[in-house]
This record gives sequence, C-alpha cells and structure tokens, in this order.
Amino acid sequence: MNRIIVGAHYGLKDWLAQRVTALVMIAYIVIFLVVWPRPMSYPGWKALFAQGWMRFATFLLVASVLIHAWVGMRNFWMDYVHHTGMRLALEIATILWLVGCAGWAMQILWRI
Amino acid sequence: MRFRIFRYDPDKDEKPAMRDYEVALDPHDRMLLDALVRIKEQDDSLSLRRSCREGVCGSDAMNINGKNGLACVTKLSGLKEPVELRPLPGLPVIRDLIVDMTQFFKQYHSVKPYLINEDPPPEKERLQSPKEREELDGLYECILCACCSTSCPSFWWNPDKFVGPAGLLQAYRFIADSRDQATAERLDDLEDPYRLFRCHSIMNCVDACPKNLNPTRAIGKIKELMVKRSV
Repeated sequence: MNRIIVGAHYGLKDWLAQRVTALVMIAYIVIFLVVWPRPMSYPGWKALFAQGWMRFATFLLVASVLIHAWVGMRNFWMDYVHHTGMRLALEIATILWLVGCAGWAMQILWRI
Repeated sequence: MRFRIFRYDPDKDEKPAMRDYEVALDPHDRMLLDALVRIKEQDDSLSLRRSCREGVCGSDAMNINGKNGLACVTKLSGLKEPVELRPLPGLPVIRDLIVDMTQFFKQYHSVKPYLINEDPPPEKERLQSPKEREELDGLYECILCACCSTSCPSFWWNPDKFVGPAGLLQAYRFIADSRDQATAERLDDLEDPYRLFRCHSIMNCVDACPKNLNPTRAIGKIKELMVKRSV
C-alpha cells in the first residue's frame, strides 16, 4: 500500500515546549552572565555550583536543552529522512543520545 | 536586454538546459511578461502560462533571478542582466516554464477552502459586521500563484504531507471567517506534525508573495488558536 498517511494529531505541545525551553535557556544565560565568578577561579566556580538554587537552575537548563534538542532533531529527521524505518531508528538514537547526555550532565552537576 | 531561460521539452530533450536570448524591447515594454512575449515572437517553442497580465490570475509565476514572482508585475527596470528565468522550484516540470501544480492544489483542497455553515441559508446573504469582514483582509487576496509554497523548503521536502503556506493561509481565511462553523474541525485537521508543524517560520513565503500577503502570520494565528483552546 502506498497511501500518504497524515493525521497523527500532535505537535502543538512540542512546538510550545520548544518556545518555552528557549526562554528558559535565555534566562539561564542572562543569570549566569551576572553571577559567574570574576576573576574565573576553581574555588569561585565550585562555590557558585554548591548553591542549591544554582543546581536547580542548571538542572532546568539541562532539561530544557534536552527537550529543545529533541523537538529540533525530530523536526530535522522529519524534514529530510523519508524512509520510515530509518527515521524511527534515527529518532530512537536521538532519544538515547540525549537522555545519556542529560544523565551525564546531572552526574557532573551533582558531583561538584 | 539579455535573458537566460530554462528550456526543457521532455519529449525531445534528454535533460534541461539554459538558453540565452537577446531581445530589443519597445519603450512600452515595462514588465517581464512583455519581454517574454517578445521572446516568444523570436522563438515560439518557448512555453509559459499567462492570462490576465496584471497580477490577478496567478498563471505566470516563475523563478526570476532566483526569486519567485509573477512575470506580469515584475518591472524590467529592476532586473539584473542576464535575467535568469526558471520554472517554480520543487514542482515537476511539464515543459520549459510550465510546472505541474497538482500537488499544490491537492494541498489547497485538503483544507476545505469553502465556507462550512449548517444553518439554513438566509433569504439574502450571511451578514458580517465591518469588523468581522476586516478579519479577512490580507487573507482573501491570495491568487494561488504558488510563489510562496514553492519557495518553502518544508514544502520541497514534504509536498505530499505539508499543506504549505498557500494552503495554510487559506485554512486560516476560513477559520477567521465569522460565518464559518467548522473551526474546531479545521483545527483538528491541522494539528499535525506534518500538515502544520513542518512550518519553521523562515518566512520565505512572505518574501516571495507578489500580493504582499503574510502566510507566516496566518500560520502563527492558527498556532495561537490551538494554544488558546488547549490551555
């Protein structure tokens, strides 16, 4: 069968999430530029990330990057990869890669 | 004036080629279409669509020096020589500057571009307030020339699934119409990763539209309504 199938009825949440996560990332960058230790030093850096609110903000950043990148990468595969099996494989690989990266980021963050 | 025109006759040519033309213009020849008519006097094998010659029918849409536009409303004085003319990108070429618009119109038809109103028709007409009528400004003027959709990369990659800017502008034209009663169904139909959300708001459509319409804004309004009904 070679019918063109559309009508999955999703996309709004992802589109909205991409916008919201972009705002979170901008906010984090602005806050970070204000609070980052000057002059840059390891103790200053460590003290900054030892604070609870900074860990919370950084966790939000990592989560936002994860969601933002997922929506963006899925869009990319949907635009350019037209073989369904290939697209599914790439989407799964993207999820695994992003979740792995997020886990790793958390581990680094929690270790400080 | 010098021109380089895309030539392809699938019955005769193995592959498309660009052919050079030089035409002497009459002082009255002001628009690109006038020059094309002169070229056709020289070489009558050149094929193109044209009809109203005043930017209303949308037949003579083509790629002019890399940008989609209507030949009949494109001033010759503003064009860099040699003027490169190609068929609208992304659609199958039938011959020379003529493309097969089937896919474009399929997407247009898929949004049900007509008023849906289950109420019995009144004796005269379904009335609108001037304010309600104003909502349709910037939407109803579309002439379906396909300049926008064929300048949209998302439409190039998924012409069978993505409605495209022209179709989405028309979808919003009926969503915005106070006389239409099918808003929910229309939004349901469009809430789809392919049909609507292939649009990444790069605004090529706005740049290309010869009628200065703004499909990106219409698409934004559709998304806005979807947000409004779900939060």
